[in-house]
Amino acid sequence: MGVLESLALGFATAFTPVNLLFCLIGVALGTAVGVLPGIGPTATMALLLPITFGFDPVTALIMLAGIYYGAQYGGSTTAILINLPGESSAAVTAIDGYSMAKQGRAGKALATAALGSFFAGTVATLFVALLAAPIADIALEFGPAEFAALIVLGLIASITLASGSTLKALAMIVLGLLLGTVGQDIATGTPRFTFGARELFGGLEFVSLAVGLFGIAEILRNLEGDMTRSVMVKKVEGLWLSRDDFRRIRMPVLRGTALGSALGVLPGAGHVLASFLSYSVEKRSSKRPEEFGRGAIEGVAGPESANNAAAQTSFIPLLTFGLPANSVMAILLGALYIQGIVPGPLVIENEPELFWGLIVSFWIGNLFLVLLNLPLIGLWVKMLTIPYRWLFPAIIAFACIGTYAISLNAYDVYAIAFFGLLGYALVKLGCEPAPLLLGFVLGPLLEEYLRRALTISQGDATVFLTRPISLSLLVLAALALVVAVLPTVRRKREVVFEEES
Amino acid sequence: MKLHDARKDLLAGAIFTGFGLAFAITSASYDIGTPLRMGPGFFPLVLGGLLVVLGIAIAVTGFIAGEGSDPGPVPWRALVLLVAALLFFGYFVRALGLVPTLLVTVTMAGLAGRSVRVVPAVVIAVSITALSVLIFVVALQLRLPLLGPWLGG
Repeated sequence: MGVLESLALGFATAFTPVNLLFCLIGVALGTAVGVLPGIGPTATMALLLPITFGFDPVTALIMLAGIYYGAQYGGSTTAILINLPGESSAAVTAIDGYSMAKQGRAGKALATAALGSFFAGTVATLFVALLAAPIADIALEFGPAEFAALIVLGLIASITLASGSTLKALAMIVLGLLLGTVGQDIATGTPRFTFGARELFGGLEFVSLAVGLFGIAEILRNLEGDMTRSVMVKKVEGLWLSRDDFRRIRMPVLRGTALGSALGVLPGAGHVLASFLSYSVEKRSSKRPEEFGRGAIEGVAGPESANNAAAQTSFIPLLTFGLPANSVMAILLGALYIQGIVPGPLVIENEPELFWGLIVSFWIGNLFLVLLNLPLIGLWVKMLTIPYRWLFPAIIAFACIGTYAISLNAYDVYAIAFFGLLGYALVKLGCEPAPLLLGFVLGPLLEEYLRRALTISQGDATVFLTRPISLSLLVLAALALVVAVLPTVRRKREVVFEEES
Repeated sequence: MKLHDARKDLLAGAIFTGFGLAFAITSASYDIGTPLRMGPGFFPLVLGGLLVVLGIAIAVTGFIAGEGSDPGPVPWRALVLLVAALLFFGYFVRALGLVPTLLVTVTMAGLAGRSVRVVPAVVIAVSITALSVLIFVVALQLRLPLLGPWLGG
């Protein structure tokens, strides 16, 4: 099937009324949680997983994916208007975006962010459409040894590209891998770490882990301090960009799109890195670097395009190899499993409607987001006035119902409490939660591939080093680990991430 | 190099070491197998050992560097109330049904907020319960009984 035919199929799938509706619901919800502090896209998507049971697979994915990139838009809105980046990738937008808002140019900043994001999203979606099939062909050549090596590379690379302590991130991955082994062993049927409780034979519920780690832990963090915010936002006016503005943002948007598309494929915080790098590139290549930090429109255009392009291309590893590159993709992987679809290189071949429908929905969703965000900006700002004492009990209620509804298993609800406490303690002690979730999702896959690779090689562990692809992946993983602990790189990385916290 | 400053890393190291030990010791009781036929204990045993090493390394580097700030305040009241709210829901939802369980759970959760009194918490709980029933039972058609067998549902 040619790309044009495939895209036609995608349009036919994505343009059904149901899919359009759920795409709209997804991006609207995403914008909402991007704007609201205290709940992010990961927890929201996890909470909504159970209700997508009854949906068509493509509808479920369209909605969940919409939440993710919708949250990128919402996060930049609050970054610009009240200097409160709802998403870590929007942190850099706040620098110049908020300065513009203080000068009464909030409308221009918002328009720049929305249009830059839309352009970047459109281009990056084309990238995904063009690259996914060839990459999936490569993935088809992969045997169990290569997949095991690729998972190891992905896990380690996700640390290299994140902020914070490397040792702690490694420990979080290993803890995640271990928690993933709870339940019946696939190969032998032996129940592991279940304490004899039948309810745990199926393993720890992925939704409980995600909701506890990203939802409950975040609520506890917020309840540490006083959450009474007084939000004063001036009326947003002047959403039109002048000819001069367009001239100034043209190159930053193009460069940001390119950077973001490339970095988004990387595991871990690729989109955060992309927006930070884009900012420093723009500052360095600008003729007026002194304006940066004081409301330079380029400082909004570049990073916003970069993070939205990256949000789109970060789907590539999931859609081609069936491996998630970050916690949001891990949730989408869970959604695929729930729908009975085995993620991997065959998805494009076997489920062309799902794949191309999803790709086209990205573009539609981005269009919705421009329409939702520019004319309706006042609505989103109003959402900020919802008091937190209303918000977090609602999150708890939805967490309970959503998780319990999966299999009517009380242990899944207990697990939320357990992971909430564990997540809160670990985050407070300086450990990022994302690597744990990635480890948890990839653990069973890694064990399975290791087992199969060793069975095929008849117990010869050198199989990972004698097969060229597997060897090069492992060498890359070793390099990534060295880079992560190297002091000079660490310092540079901290500079890149200094604004993020 | 004060012990106080390194407390975060020491605690984190202790948590990881504890989990590592627990997993390693438990998995030693399963069939370890050989690399050719990895038993159910093989993978967790190796990883448990690795986690112990990482935990110790975190504690040691934290102790040597002596960096790190105070972990800050812990909202104990909120923590206990939220955990209790979740456990209550899990334990009673089958017997009491969705509506009464949710009312209690959300009230408890609401009280976890700073300076939230009982009456506002109940008001919040009633509204959120109504909203949840509308969303999950009416709109999304999840089959959750509103009242459980204990209440004649």
